[in-house]
Amino acid sequence: MDTQLLTYIFVGVSFALYISIAIWSRASSTNEFYIAGKGVHPVANGMATAADWMSAASFISMAGLIAFLGKDGSVYLMGWTGGYVLLALLLAPYLRKFGQYTVPDFIGTRYYSNAARLVAVICLIFVSFTYVAGQMRGVGIVFSRFLEVDINLGVIIGMCIVFFYAVLGGMKGITYTQVAQYCVLIFAYLVPAIFISILMTGNPIPQLGFGDTLVNSDVFLLDKLDEVTTELGFNAYTENTKSNIDIFCITAALMFGTAGLPHVIVRFFTVPKVSDARKSAGYALIFIAILYSTAPAVSAFARMNFIDSVQEVQYKEAPSWFKNWENIGLIAWKDKNNDELIQYSSGNALEGVKPNFEDGRGISGERLVKNNADLTSTNEVYIDRDIMVLANPEIAKLPGWVIALVAAGALAAALSTAAGLLLVISASISHDLLKKTFMPQITEKQELFYARCSAAVAIFIAGLFGIYPPGFVAQVVAFAFGLAAATIFPALLLGIFYKRLNKEGAIAGMLSGLVVTSTYIINYKFININMNSADNWFLGISPEGFGFIGMIINFIVALFVSYFFSKPPDDVYHMIDKIREP
Amino acid sequence: MNNNYWCSNLKIVSILLAIWFLVSFGFGIILSDFLDQFQIAGFKLGFWFAQQGSIYFFVLLIFIYIYLMNKLDKKHKDNLEKES
Repeated sequence: MDTQLLTYIFVGVSFALYISIAIWSRASSTNEFYIAGKGVHPVANGMATAADWMSAASFISMAGLIAFLGKDGSVYLMGWTGGYVLLALLLAPYLRKFGQYTVPDFIGTRYYSNAARLVAVICLIFVSFTYVAGQMRGVGIVFSRFLEVDINLGVIIGMCIVFFYAVLGGMKGITYTQVAQYCVLIFAYLVPAIFISILMTGNPIPQLGFGDTLVNSDVFLLDKLDEVTTELGFNAYTENTKSNIDIFCITAALMFGTAGLPHVIVRFFTVPKVSDARKSAGYALIFIAILYSTAPAVSAFARMNFIDSVQEVQYKEAPSWFKNWENIGLIAWKDKNNDELIQYSSGNALEGVKPNFEDGRGISGERLVKNNADLTSTNEVYIDRDIMVLANPEIAKLPGWVIALVAAGALAAALSTAAGLLLVISASISHDLLKKTFMPQITEKQELFYARCSAAVAIFIAGLFGIYPPGFVAQVVAFAFGLAAATIFPALLLGIFYKRLNKEGAIAGMLSGLVVTSTYIINYKFININMNSADNWFLGISPEGFGFIGMIINFIVALFVSYFFSKPPDDVYHMIDKIREP
Repeated sequence: MNNNYWCSNLKIVSILLAIWFLVSFGFGIILSDFLDQFQIAGFKLGFWFAQQGSIYFFVLLIFIYIYLMNKLDKKHKDNLEKES
């Protein structure tokens, strides 16, 4: 059977599975819709959390990013796992003990103020939509490359599936679908990694394989990779290029941001007991660590394989994956020295970096681009980093069913995250905005109805983002984490560990974190884009890492302002005492 | 009355977070270049902590926390029962 047909079968079967799970686990009350009736087993919840957390970015983009960043890529590995330690130790058990539906619920109650609740809702909706947009683009890429349907049609199919199980099933449906999606995605991630590890090093465990020697030689893979990358004018693979302070701040922003992401926190509201919330966080991290510890191995293999299979190869003889990805515009080649060979090295291939294709083919058969060649380097290849994981099985010449499996896995990763986020958005609108703020008289049935409506609207908006992808998706990811770190995390942490913090302090803290972080990021990412370099940054900290500074400012402002206003009322003290009890 | 419980909790959390900081920000970032002079198989040690080791320690830390807190919860419950 050809790869195309296999892909249709794998994707079709996995979709049928998700839909049947959704029908089986429909939600019938707000309790089930928001937090799955608090009846989810910690292991199942851990898997669901892991699927929810590992998005299209983790599955598709991360290993590719690390492949090109080398050791600098560690910020994502540490940043996106280390946050779970903070969650498990500092937030999850207490928020579960508090026992409400949403994150703004906690902030609104703890700071006895609807203004605080509103600030939290705004941050939450912004963070969540940023994320959803990225997922829908991931769905579009997979559909267009592997199923050869139009990107727009792919997004619409994805929307229908998510709509079906998120609107019907609520948190309960989503949780059980995510358990299935986790199994699909982790299997799809590990199988090619193990294959490639055996092919390259003879070691079946990728985590050990990339520290092993290459097959038929006694040179270590990483040493060889260092040698090859320096030869081509890149930095050595296992060395940093960013400054230590920048790496420190980016890692910190990602960690504290992770711990402040509402769609992750809300997972710990779904388990039966406080001790289960701790266990859930532990299981979630194990399930996440399986993928995250494999990713750097995949990166090293991919970088090595990529260089091996294209360097000094005649374009006419180039492997078919190279041409397939060129056809959908994610690879471009400009023959600078007219020798018909592909040369890959450091620097940009094209002026303006991204290729702007025109009709027609060049002498070797390559797609023509409107861009002029960037003559400051000899590099002839433009490659979008997002394609490495998807292209990896083809680059390593693995059988068709592995390629089909990766397509199904990538869709599982994108859909599970999108569904989790949409639920958080709909809960914060129907519960926090309508029920708790503007329309307190509505019944539970009406609230459930509004929850479903807002989920539907949110899916529609997310789909629009997928069909008309805003150019700023990549830039705003830094924003999502930065804001979560600078606004939500400090408010939750101080809310639990510092009783004396009053509403004035908390609101001032959140607002100052929000303003400082967004000003810095907007300035460098949108207004003064050409100023975005280490020389101009505050203390050499990039916009990606500035959320950490925003968080420190939030803490200082909150404690300082709090000092000048009266302490919180007695019932807040009682509430904090209660959540601190086991 | 639950002051003891809360203090022990804070102690556990701060010790574990100190280790958390050491293995990630310490070994993986600040001391990473220094540790790179040691090599285990094909891995430079600093590189290994940054891309592998820190993640394993994170998992371990959460499970130690779960174990210690379950023990503490149980002790706390026994104490409450004795009082009443």
